Amino acid sequence: MYEFVSGPLVWISFIVFIGGSIYRLVSMFKLADKEKVIFPYMSLKYSLRSLIHWIIPFASTNMRRRPFMTIITFAFHICLVLTPIFLLSHNLLWYQSWKISWWTMPERTADIMTIIVIFTAIFFLIRRLVLPEVRFVTFLSDYALLTVAVAPFITGFLAYHQWLPYKTMLILHIISGEIMLIAIPFTRLSHMLYFVFTRAYMGSEFGAVRNSKDW
Amino acid sequence: MTEFENWDWETKEKLISEISEWRRKFPVIHEYVVSNDGEKISAPVKTQEDAFTVCVNGEIWENTFEKLWSLRFGPDDRLTCLCMNDDEWTVATDGETWEETFEYVWNIQFTPDGKIIAVNVKGKNGYRISLNGKTWENGYVEARDFALSPDGKNTAAGVQTKGLGEGDIFGFAEGVWTVAVNGVPWKRNFLNVWGIAISSDSSKIAAEVRVGEYEYTIAINGDIWNETFKCVWEPIFYPKGEDVLVPVQTDDGWTLAKNGQIIWERKFVQAWHQKFSPDGQRIAAIVAPKIGKWTIAVDGSTWNKTFGDAVLLPVFSPDSKKVAAVVKENNRWTVAVDGIPWAEDFDMIWDPVFSPDCNRVAAKAEKDGKYFIVVDGKVGKHGFEALWSPIFSPDGNKLLIKAVEDGKYYRRVIPVEKI
Amino acid sequence: MTEPAAEAVVDPGIDEKIKKLTPERIESTINKVLTKGAAARLKVYLQTCVHCGLCADACHFYLSNDKDPKFSPVGKVKQTLWEIIRKKGKVDGGFIKDCSRIAHTECNVCRRCSMYCPFGIDIAYLLLLVRRMCALLGVVPQYLQDTVNSHAVTMNQMWVKQDEWIDSLQWQEEDAQDEVKNARIPLDKEGAEIMYSVIGPEPKFLAQLLGNIAMIMAVAGMDWTMPSFDGWDNSNMPMYSGDFETMARVERKHHEAALKLKVKRIVMGECGHAFRGAVYDGPKWLAWKEPPVPIIHAVQFYYELIKSGRIKIAKKFKEPVTVQEPCNIVRGRGLGDMLRYIMRATCEDFRDVYPRYEHNYCCGAGGGVINCGPQWKKSRVKGNRVKAEQLKATGAKFVVTPCHNCHSGIEDIVEHYNLGMHTKFFSEILIDVMEIPEDLKVE
Ligand code: HEM
Ligand code: HEM
Ligand code: SF4
Ligand code: SF4
Repeated sequence: MYEFVSGPLVWISFIVFIGGSIYRLVSMFKLADKEKVIFPYMSLKYSLRSLIHWIIPFASTNMRRRPFMTIITFAFHICLVLTPIFLLSHNLLWYQSWKISWWTMPERTADIMTIIVIFTAIFFLIRRLVLPEVRFVTFLSDYALLTVAVAPFITGFLAYHQWLPYKTMLILHIISGEIMLIAIPFTRLSHMLYFVFTRAYMGSEFGAVRNSKDW
Repeated sequence: MTEFENWDWETKEKLISEISEWRRKFPVIHEYVVSNDGEKISAPVKTQEDAFTVCVNGEIWENTFEKLWSLRFGPDDRLTCLCMNDDEWTVATDGETWEETFEYVWNIQFTPDGKIIAVNVKGKNGYRISLNGKTWENGYVEARDFALSPDGKNTAAGVQTKGLGEGDIFGFAEGVWTVAVNGVPWKRNFLNVWGIAISSDSSKIAAEVRVGEYEYTIAINGDIWNETFKCVWEPIFYPKGEDVLVPVQTDDGWTLAKNGQIIWERKFVQAWHQKFSPDGQRIAAIVAPKIGKWTIAVDGSTWNKTFGDAVLLPVFSPDSKKVAAVVKENNRWTVAVDGIPWAEDFDMIWDPVFSPDCNRVAAKAEKDGKYFIVVDGKVGKHGFEALWSPIFSPDGNKLLIKAVEDGKYYRRVIPVEKI
Repeated sequence: MTEPAAEAVVDPGIDEKIKKLTPERIESTINKVLTKGAAARLKVYLQTCVHCGLCADACHFYLSNDKDPKFSPVGKVKQTLWEIIRKKGKVDGGFIKDCSRIAHTECNVCRRCSMYCPFGIDIAYLLLLVRRMCALLGVVPQYLQDTVNSHAVTMNQMWVKQDEWIDSLQWQEEDAQDEVKNARIPLDKEGAEIMYSVIGPEPKFLAQLLGNIAMIMAVAGMDWTMPSFDGWDNSNMPMYSGDFETMARVERKHHEAALKLKVKRIVMGECGHAFRGAVYDGPKWLAWKEPPVPIIHAVQFYYELIKSGRIKIAKKFKEPVTVQEPCNIVRGRGLGDMLRYIMRATCEDFRDVYPRYEHNYCCGAGGGVINCGPQWKKSRVKGNRVKAEQLKATGAKFVVTPCHNCHSGIEDIVEHYNLGMHTKFFSEILIDVMEIPEDLKVE
């Protein structure tokens, strides 16, 4: 079981993640070309201008209006993306199979970041349940996606601390990580892929065409 | 048209009128117009309070009007305008008004020989068309624009056959518009009719029609094509016969269709203003292969070069071999001949004209507030206060230039090289 | 949770039309919109939206309806597009009716929400797609459809006949001459510098605005013209009903009028949606990346005239005055600074609003909503309480609305919320305060 999950399945999930992401982006470009009104209006300058205002905390009006939410969002995403990449355990695995490795963060930091992801996810969950405007647009799939996003962190954390049967937790962890990777290109988690492009388009339209700001 | 071969192509320069003098005589002068042969310049002028008349080469018409506008020379160089006294509108030509008067008249059109003058009119009997004062028997709730056949025998207008109450979208949906030919409506109504064309022999009349809210096609003498399209633009008739050529929009884009059948395989983001060559063998149209990329397509294949802002009507050379058009890029105007733009660009440029031997192209252009004659991209020496489009002499060696310089209107005939 | 305000509205354009719909027609029409025309943006937007609700606070309908989530931008998409897609187009007439109410009457396509969505999702575009679906099914609020019909027939918004148009101009020209010597409205003047275009309601109901511009042009000494033929109207309601073919036909007329008259630019009167139609939506459909003849809005034009000194201010407007920033020229063109410049140049006591510039609230009338007719007035006015509060906070007595939709929309709000204010077009202020040179004064 462990061998399968940590061997072929990892391969499969990475292939699906990367291949799927490329596929989604290529088909987006193709469609956009067919829609005809997209590319003629794109502007690199205004795409970047927009992106900058939306990846820097508090650089946009709505972020300033909701400071708490902004902090949570950034904390969630930064930890979510960086932790697995710079995690010692993950790095060791890369080294074992590919003989490549890079900087790793102290384990304590990783631990804290993992906890941040878990707690911010709980915040998102509560927000979804409590705020009417969010609940109104919430489906089961939103809870599922939140679970998919947070599961590797919970399981990884439990495995690392070995509070529950280690082997089982590890298998669960790896499976949940793989599910997340596979889910990214094919669910709304693909907002990770599209973010740059939706912003770039809106940035171009507001900036180059409409001579105004989109933040 | 007065035979332009018989115009004075010899006199190098005629001072026709000192229009700066006019300014001393009349408190108000409206826009100037000049005759085709350049021998006359005219404008509506105010002689006293509430009295307008027409001044030609410094002389005024005998009659005056409370209002007077739309002054123009017809193809035969007679001077026509719309005028009003005591709330009665009519048409005046060379100082003679029609006997008939109307509540309103507008939209002067001429036959190519200038003999027939037609206008939209509104009167007690509704909206009609009047030719030389002879008005359609049937009036309509509304008639907008019209087409006049070259022989002057037929006029056709989009007409509303039934009145609609305010906000009556259901009545509208049943179709209250059709084409009336000489006042007689087609048997069938449509949601809309636009873009009326008349065949060269005057026997057929075609129009864009909307048969469903999102279904467009062409009707000819009231019968529609079997095919409908997402959209269509103005039809034109083949120079001979009854075939009709129309830009149509399909799911893949715009192209041209003949009698409902698509004739250009290539599809464009836009295609319009299709035109036949003088020999009737070639078709040119303005097309956009992509958004913001305009060019001319001749028989379905485009010029290599595209222009960012706009391309205007294609102009064929008399031998049908070349095509020129006004083009615009980066907010600068110029002319392109067979896809090659002139090096010089302008603040504004008018439609190009080919010389009879097809070797030269000339146009009126504007730069820094002055008007210039441009031939094959070479800008003339003189910058004029006002200028009208140049005309080549029959042998193509000279140009007729109608221009205002220092407050004087001159008619000049100069060798093409000496512009 | 409150029920949508519009529930009880009877609108034959919707109610009668849905009776004729068959499930097959609905399904095939919807699927055509979803697949044809290569809806890249649609696909990506739907995949990207994480249902976070952050766009809610952008929408005046949501804020004014006590934060009822049904009025939030994403909430409106949920109730329409998401359902349509989930059911693969297998929805019934009643559902289409709701779609039309939501998309046509409860969203001004003002695009404020795309500045609040972290992904920049263009919710207005999504709701315009819903309008398109409804329109293809023939379901459009009656009054809006009537305006669209007018556009299709007359190329103007108000069923103005060709003779009525010219007649109004000639009559307004005379009126203007009573104030400014030799003021003119030159018709069809080929080669003029400027073609001035207006929207249908001007000749129909507000003809004095045409006289105003004749005076302003005369005082500024501009070389200008107006077409006597179709193409003079720059407004465009089919853009908002979802009848894009008619939208394009109308826009083509407008631009080709300018090309025919050989003008250097079009100056358009004080209207916002017209600007959007003429500068963005129309040209885009027609394959012009930008208008073939450059277009500027009246606010830009007045800015030029005042800044360059072509028009001098004799005495400033005294009363406290504030401004409504039309979405389509401020969020849509960045004219917020020019607007303030001309306000301050002409008014002694200009009171700014908050939020402002791109973030200003829509008037609630734009996007075709006011054109949906009197049936929908109640929900429209109720849906913009925040605007009333915003204006009230300025303490101004006058609101300048450089847009026809804003003008009528704000008037309705002022009346409903008893704000005791008056709306004015900027040109009305300018006429009052500009200096008429001696040689143009009428004895
Ligand atoms: C896909 C294959 C994956 C494999 C094979 C894998 C493997 C591992 C291993 C072996 C550990 C160490 C457990 C220990 O210390 O004994 C671990 C921990 C962890 N993994 Fe993964 N992982 C995968 C995917 C992911 C993904 C996609 C994420 C998150 C996005 C993730 C987040 C974490 C976290 C947060 C920890 C624990 C950090 C801590 O609390 O110190 N993993 N993983
Ligand atoms: C790296 C590029 C990414 C960007 C720019 C990005 C951006 C955003 C933004 C702007 C939001 C909406 C605000 C919020 O609710 O926090 C969001 C929400 C969310 N993101 Fe991401 N994201 C990225 C990657 C990811 C990844 C890799 C995952 C997980 C696999 C993820 C999971 C989520 C979840 C679950 C939510 C919804 C939170 C909720 O339920 O409200 N994101 N993301
Ligand atoms: S009214 Fe404006 S803010 Fe509200 S949903 Fe529509 S576009 Fe967005
Ligand atoms: S803010 Fe954007 S991502 Fe969030 S719900 Fe609204 S549209 Fe969707």
